[in-house]
Amino acid sequence: MTVFSHEPYLLEVRDLCTGFDTREGELRAVEGVSLTLGRGKVLGIVGESGSGKSVTGFSIMGLIDPPGRITSGQVLFKGLDLTQLPPPALRALRGDRITMIFQDPSGTLNPVLRVDVQMTEAVHAHRKVSKEQARKLASDALSLMGISSPDERLRAYPHQLSGGMRQRVAIAIAMLHGPDLIIADEPTTALDVSIQAQILSEVQKLVHERGTSLIWISHDLSVVAGLADDIAVMYAGRIVEYGPVDDVLDRPQHPYTQGLIGSLPSANRRGQRLRQIPGMAPSFLKMPSGCAFAPRCGRAQATCSEQMPQLAPLCDQPSHSVRCFYPGAAA
Amino acid sequence: MSIKTEQTSKTAPSREHTIWWRVGQDFLASRPASVALGVLALIVLAALLAPWIAIQNPYDLMQIDVLDARLRPGSLSSEGSRTYWLGTDGQGRDLYSAIVYGLRISMAVGIGSAVIAGVIGTLVGLLAAYAGASVDAALMRLVDLLLSFPTILMALMILAWMGKGVGNVVLTLVLIEWSYYARTARGQALVEARRDYVEAARGQGLSSWRIAVGHVLPNCLPPLMVIAALQVARAITLEATLSFLGLGVPITEPSLGLLISNGYQYMLSNEYWISFFPGIALLATIMAINLVGDQLRDVFNPRLQR
Repeated sequence: MTVFSHEPYLLEVRDLCTGFDTREGELRAVEGVSLTLGRGKVLGIVGESGSGKSVTGFSIMGLIDPPGRITSGQVLFKGLDLTQLPPPALRALRGDRITMIFQDPSGTLNPVLRVDVQMTEAVHAHRKVSKEQARKLASDALSLMGISSPDERLRAYPHQLSGGMRQRVAIAIAMLHGPDLIIADEPTTALDVSIQAQILSEVQKLVHERGTSLIWISHDLSVVAGLADDIAVMYAGRIVEYGPVDDVLDRPQHPYTQGLIGSLPSANRRGQRLRQIPGMAPSFLKMPSGCAFAPRCGRAQATCSEQMPQLAPLCDQPSHSVRCFYPGAAA
Repeated sequence: MSIKTEQTSKTAPSREHTIWWRVGQDFLASRPASVALGVLALIVLAALLAPWIAIQNPYDLMQIDVLDARLRPGSLSSEGSRTYWLGTDGQGRDLYSAIVYGLRISMAVGIGSAVIAGVIGTLVGLLAAYAGASVDAALMRLVDLLLSFPTILMALMILAWMGKGVGNVVLTLVLIEWSYYARTARGQALVEARRDYVEAARGQGLSSWRIAVGHVLPNCLPPLMVIAALQVARAITLEATLSFLGLGVPITEPSLGLLISNGYQYMLSNEYWISFFPGIALLATIMAINLVGDQLRDVFNPRLQR
């Protein structure tokens, strides 16, 4: 504890590796991920499906189930290594100091229990309060999420609420105890765009008002661009580019990041063909040797398929690092 | 599912729709099932009110007159004070009263054993789903063993060992029936445990016990309720069979099965009613329960949802 007592970061992930035991051998879904997140900051983790971004989030929460496990690395939350914490202590943090919002709001609320039952249960999991107080807290949390007539919503079953409303309820549950860190795993992906924008702005407002740190996991670069302070781009279980969001988006150094940005439709390239990244993401069981992106990369050289490049800071901007032998602006 | 919800909310927009209210609506959509539910309600009511609606207490030997034995349906009693609308049996019991009282025993045995077996089986099933591979394997092999054994043979063995009596019949039925619930509860719990809301509940820091009982169990209930309904019918049939074979309830307190058994010897001498009317009562009960159970299964089966 003494070593980390002056820790400026709320969360520091060091060399996190998470693997899944399968019949074909161990599948390394997350490989050497290191992240830092300060209080009140928003970190966006971006990548395509299977890039390990969700597994990273679940690993931080300690929600990796067998056959999966965290094989090495540390998750330091306020200087406390969550990977070494006994399950009851971890459970005490989960839902209280660290909470999670999931992708599909229709699945994350229990279909047979009323909203009030689920919310008061979440209150009672971490606070000894009376039933009336728990209900009051639940109702306050709902109005905080911009839900009108919260008491009526509390009496509803999840299937009586719209998708956006359900996700607001789920976020309200995540905000109940005023957590230090929220991990949001593609929480707006299942919603239509207008609802997505509303929820984004409400979450942004809450996070700023309360100084909550947020990890926003998404495949949607444009959502993260408007929300995050820092951004980590993941590919095949590794971070390939990491830095302040403006810097990474303005001058992306890794060809994969450039590919992601290039594949976004935008008004000033109207009429042009969308650029896509050729090829497919590699299977975790058949990782290419060397850089995982090399087979799809336009500037790959012989070294790229032999060695794995390190995540190295840029000379002129040390907070921005990239995992590439030939970093630089798009050709 | 969502389409269905919209439809119901159109028909009665002001009502607060619980899941059970929707289940009720779906259930009553079928006419045979509604009729069966009505019949079942009447039977249960008759069983509950037996002491008040019967014309004599068939278990009270003082009220039975041997001179009235084997009277045809509609006959007057020997002292002329009452009519035996369904006739009398070999001991002079009024069959109508005996059936109403018999229903009481049959229903008590059926419902009692189904509920006790349901609670035990569900808990065992949840335990198997949660406790890890070795406990799961041990419990499920025991269930396989029980399910592969001929039911009637096992019931006969247990009753031969423990002796007759209503309590022992219930115990026997529980010993046989819990395995059905255990297997279904385990399978359902394994499916539900992989659902997102379980992950979300863990993310809220709830304990495994809390999640198993508070979240997974309620979602496992619909199929278990269907099994329970069908098991009540099965238990009643099995009790009737055991009583018919002479290993069930005592002869002084006849259930439906024993009444049928008692009348069996008179069948060939044209005194059909002693077996016939209890048989009809048993048939109506079993059919009503099965129809209700089938409809419950359809209502709860998401694949059959219109």
